[in-house]
Amino acid sequence: MSRSREGAGIPPPLLVPAALGVAFLVLPLVGLLVRTPWSSLGRQLTAPGVGEALRLSIVSASLATLLSLLLGVPLAWVLARSRIRGRSVLRALVTVPLVLPPVVGGVALFLVLGRQGIVGSWLDEAFGVTIPFTTTAVVLAETFVAMPFLVVSVEGALRAADARFEDVAATLGADRWTTFRRVTLPLVAPGVAAGAVLCWARALGEFGATITFAGNFPGTTQTMPLAVYLALQRDPEAAIVLSLVLLAVSLATLLLLRDRWLGRAQG
Amino acid sequence: MTLDARVVVQRGSLSLDVELAVQDGEVLAVLGPNGAGKSTLLRVLAGLLPPDGGRVSVDDAVWDDVPVRTHLPAHRRSVGVVFQDALLFPHLTVAENVAFGLRTRGVRTAERRAAAGEWLTRVGLDGLGDRRPGHLSGGQAQRAALARALVGEPALLLLDEPLSALDARTRLVVRAEVRRHLAAFAGSTVLVTHDPVDAMALADRVVVVEEGRVVQAGTPEEVNRRPRTDYVARLAGLSLLPGTGEGRAVRLDAGGVVAVAEETSGPVFAAVRPESVALYLARPEGSPRNVWPVRLVGATPHGATVRCELAGEVPLVADVTAGAFAELGLVPGAEVWATVKAAEVAVYQR
Repeated sequence: MSRSREGAGIPPPLLVPAALGVAFLVLPLVGLLVRTPWSSLGRQLTAPGVGEALRLSIVSASLATLLSLLLGVPLAWVLARSRIRGRSVLRALVTVPLVLPPVVGGVALFLVLGRQGIVGSWLDEAFGVTIPFTTTAVVLAETFVAMPFLVVSVEGALRAADARFEDVAATLGADRWTTFRRVTLPLVAPGVAAGAVLCWARALGEFGATITFAGNFPGTTQTMPLAVYLALQRDPEAAIVLSLVLLAVSLATLLLLRDRWLGRAQG
Repeated sequence: MTLDARVVVQRGSLSLDVELAVQDGEVLAVLGPNGAGKSTLLRVLAGLLPPDGGRVSVDDAVWDDVPVRTHLPAHRRSVGVVFQDALLFPHLTVAENVAFGLRTRGVRTAERRAAAGEWLTRVGLDGLGDRRPGHLSGGQAQRAALARALVGEPALLLLDEPLSALDARTRLVVRAEVRRHLAAFAGSTVLVTHDPVDAMALADRVVVVEEGRVVQAGTPEEVNRRPRTDYVARLAGLSLLPGTGEGRAVRLDAGGVVAVAEETSGPVFAAVRPESVALYLARPEGSPRNVWPVRLVGATPHGATVRCELAGEVPLVADVTAGAFAELGLVPGAEVWATVKAAEVAVYQR
């Protein structure tokens, strides 16, 4: 007993900054709750534009997550399992968007996929397709920023998974694709799910790349974070309500992660 | 279904070069210490690791032929592998695990279920097919792994330390069962193990691999009775004394002379079983012609006896009863006399 009490004692030089840190992280959220106009909450939430922005946010974040899964899971497999040369360079390149300011990502996407861009001009001429300032642009911007989260998460899960199961599958007549579908993917499913949730949450909050590449048009490209930013300048109460909605969605995501996947993936 | 293999692998410090031939229905044990290259050999035979040289064929099918760049990947070989830790797929039920190999080979669902059910019965897991592998005991998991490996009727069965993850009691039971299934299996079997008991109990023939080379081959009895390396001698519990035969004496390479019952000449091994070594506090009078002063350097309980490691001109291992051990007042460093009857020394050509 005495030992556990001793262990629980935190030295003051650590305790004070730690407490300040907690306060710094939690107080703004408390402030948000305190300033929320609870009486007019219902009216604010049903105001024109809010539902639209929320729907657009959820749809585009979901599409970005789907796209990230389709591209990111195979990419993670290549990074974790293949023996191609330059794999570490590839990994570094793939994770650049994790550290890159999103606005730079937006500019880069614009330069490539914009109407004057390398790929964009070709798309425009060949198919008459323009991407910037469309919902497609929102999805692409979010995918660019969020996919690395998924790739890193899935690659970690693949590395942690026992590769001997794949050997067993091979000796039972499964080629590599069958092994991937029937053995590898089910084994890393918790990691994929956790990565998808992280990816979705990151896509939902995306601001910099979206506003740069997709603009800020209500109904087509104005997602929740953009709506919050805009509302803060003309109607702070609306901004608070919108922020509250995002906070609720984030907390729900966190709970989902903890209960359903992260605990088991780490345990 | 006859396996013919010469496997060459160069990998870091491991240099493996081993030749094997296994007949229909025969069980070959590859016995060797950790790091001898046994598991690498098994991975090559399974097709999980392309060899750097050599050739692997089963009947008329060539699985590996390095000079002509033939390499059949694992999933196209007719093999069944049982790994040390069962390695049942955790996301599938036991029955789905057993049926996995049939599924990848396109067998229809109904047939698959029937075959898996039949095999589960054969390995004594009746009614456990719907369980997840996590709910099986170690012995049950290993049985299921054996069923999974055999259900596709492979030409070659590979067992990689199949019993070493089990506790001693379970091992006895599962070993007996594996023996029964191997007897019924028509293909060739290669068993990789570092446990001589597994090799003796399960195999028709044994090859001993040390540092990537075959150092001895023969029936389990031959290998057990006439070890050719210290490793095998230690496994068999024998003291192995290399020397030169001079009539009814063997002049040991390390010094000293051992009297033997048979006449020999040239390079020979003299092997002494621990139970034929007797210890005395004073130099005994009488018939034994092999009497040496020795010093006790180690003692470990070994069943009802104490296995004593003895150093001296002729290094020996002796088994004495716990009572005799106490009476002799043996402590490490004790000086005693060791005797061995000439007739109890096995002597054979090197």
